Amino acid sequence: MQTDEKIIEVNSLTKSYKNLLAVDSLELNVYKGDIFGFLGPNGAGKSTTIRMLLTLIRPEAGTINLFGKSLKNERKTILGNIGALVEKPDFYNYLSAYKNLEILSRLSGKEIKKKRILEILEIVGLASRKDSKVKTYSHGMKQRLGIAQTLLHNPDLIILDEPTTGLDPQGMKEIRDLIIHLCNEENKTIFLSSHILSEVEQIANRMIIINKGKAIIEGSVQELLQSSELKVTVEVTEIEDAKKLINNSGWSGKLDSAENGKMYFKISSEEIAELNKFLVNNDISVNAVIPTRSLEQFFLKITEEAA
Amino acid sequence: MIQLIRIELFKVFRKWRTYIGFIAITLLVALVETAMYFEGQHSIDMMTRNLRDSFVFVGNLLNAYFVTYLIFNMLAVHIPFLITLVSGDLLAGEATAGTYRILLTRPVSRMQVVTSKFIAGKIYTISLIFWLAVMSLGMGAILFGFGELIVVKSGAVVILDRADVLWRFLLAFGFAALGMSVVSALAFFFSSLVENAIGPIIVTMAVIIIFFVVSAINIEIFRTIKPYLFTNYILSWRLFFDDPIDVGEIIKAVAVLSGHVVFLYAVSTIIFKRKDVLS
Repeated sequence: MQTDEKIIEVNSLTKSYKNLLAVDSLELNVYKGDIFGFLGPNGAGKSTTIRMLLTLIRPEAGTINLFGKSLKNERKTILGNIGALVEKPDFYNYLSAYKNLEILSRLSGKEIKKKRILEILEIVGLASRKDSKVKTYSHGMKQRLGIAQTLLHNPDLIILDEPTTGLDPQGMKEIRDLIIHLCNEENKTIFLSSHILSEVEQIANRMIIINKGKAIIEGSVQELLQSSELKVTVEVTEIEDAKKLINNSGWSGKLDSAENGKMYFKISSEEIAELNKFLVNNDISVNAVIPTRSLEQFFLKITEEAA
Repeated sequence: MIQLIRIELFKVFRKWRTYIGFIAITLLVALVETAMYFEGQHSIDMMTRNLRDSFVFVGNLLNAYFVTYLIFNMLAVHIPFLITLVSGDLLAGEATAGTYRILLTRPVSRMQVVTSKFIAGKIYTISLIFWLAVMSLGMGAILFGFGELIVVKSGAVVILDRADVLWRFLLAFGFAALGMSVVSALAFFFSSLVENAIGPIIVTMAVIIIFFVVSAINIEIFRTIKPYLFTNYILSWRLFFDDPIDVGEIIKAVAVLSGHVVFLYAVSTIIFKRKDVLS
């Protein structure tokens, strides 16, 4: 259940490495019950921000408050209520999954019983391999173990840094379902970092897009998607005939550009079928209709720039 | 804190590399004692050849004490190398494995983490010296039995009564543990600087060798810095076999070595507390 209570409050957060400004006066707020999508291309500053939220990296400037408390002053109390998976899931490879979780449970500051460890291993589907050394695990299994260690001490805030990386489609779906379950059924607040817009769209209720350490867009996922314009690419065989037809019709104002057998329209999703019907009825062969939202295009553009 | 130390010790003693030291010591002691079993009497004869005209030697001079005394000279290079294998890995090993990310995001302070690791390193060091003592005295007792200890020092020969030796060895073991703690602290310090466990091992050994060379070269500029080098005191456990014992010299050695341990721990802690975890 989403509320107005701020769980993460970041103000003017800045960090640079030598000449590289990794995070630039970043502001963000995450509310209780949010599944907050933290989006950005590789190198945008996502991991640096997450590491600062977890005190792995010292900020150069700015403040971080978690659960209404200053991270700088109340680090231990705050970290006791956070479960985090930062980048790839690394463990003590020479120990079993169970022993790894046992060690981490002892460091959690809470009394965690053996039963709880077994229960968590069951949830992430590793119960049958609990005694195998982690070095024998596949990447997907390590990722599950990574999720398991975030849940171990039943924290209120879970920070996941690209948790579906390296997983097969089924594994990705399971993680997504688990995140939704944790938020809806167990009232956890989830901070989900990703460089895949569609992943965030599917599960987050709020999101921020950052690039070059700066926040670019922040808000409700639904609002951002609704407000973003739909751009439809129509691939046709007879491009010149199609252009003439469109220019002499009521669709002319909605044609953005046309080149290389493709026409680009700015229309609503309800108009797609109508446009297709219009072209086909006028003997234009339509090979493909590809809708793309401007948010998606924008995100793709900054991702390509970063690459 | 106790919990953290237990966890660190659990991690240390679940690693294969930890046992390399114990296995190496077992092999080294077995080799030396076997060689002494066959050739030891010859060594004793060489040591006492100038005195045989004036004195009559009776009793068992080739004994566990004598062999242990010889073996303890390995403390200069061999044992430090074995210690760096574990101590150099304590912090850098976590960085290499990427486990800092799960360790330092728990509600424990960095001070607690670094201190527990430092103490775990010390416990490993002490246990290695203890193993060296047990092996060399134990195997020596089986092969040679006990007797008077004959020690050659700067041309003079000191013969200690068998009843007067064991306490000296106990103190020498304690002192050796302190000397090796400096090696452990040095490797730990280098381990706090880098994210690769091989680096601290190589650099620590390089420092030890360079310092030993500097200590051995008798020129004015090196004579000035020599009293401050820990390598100058690593073999000072031999002072316990002087008669009479130079307590002042031992106190000085203990002070220099302890100072090194405290200083290296303090610097490592400051570095670790300020470190950005990027691994």
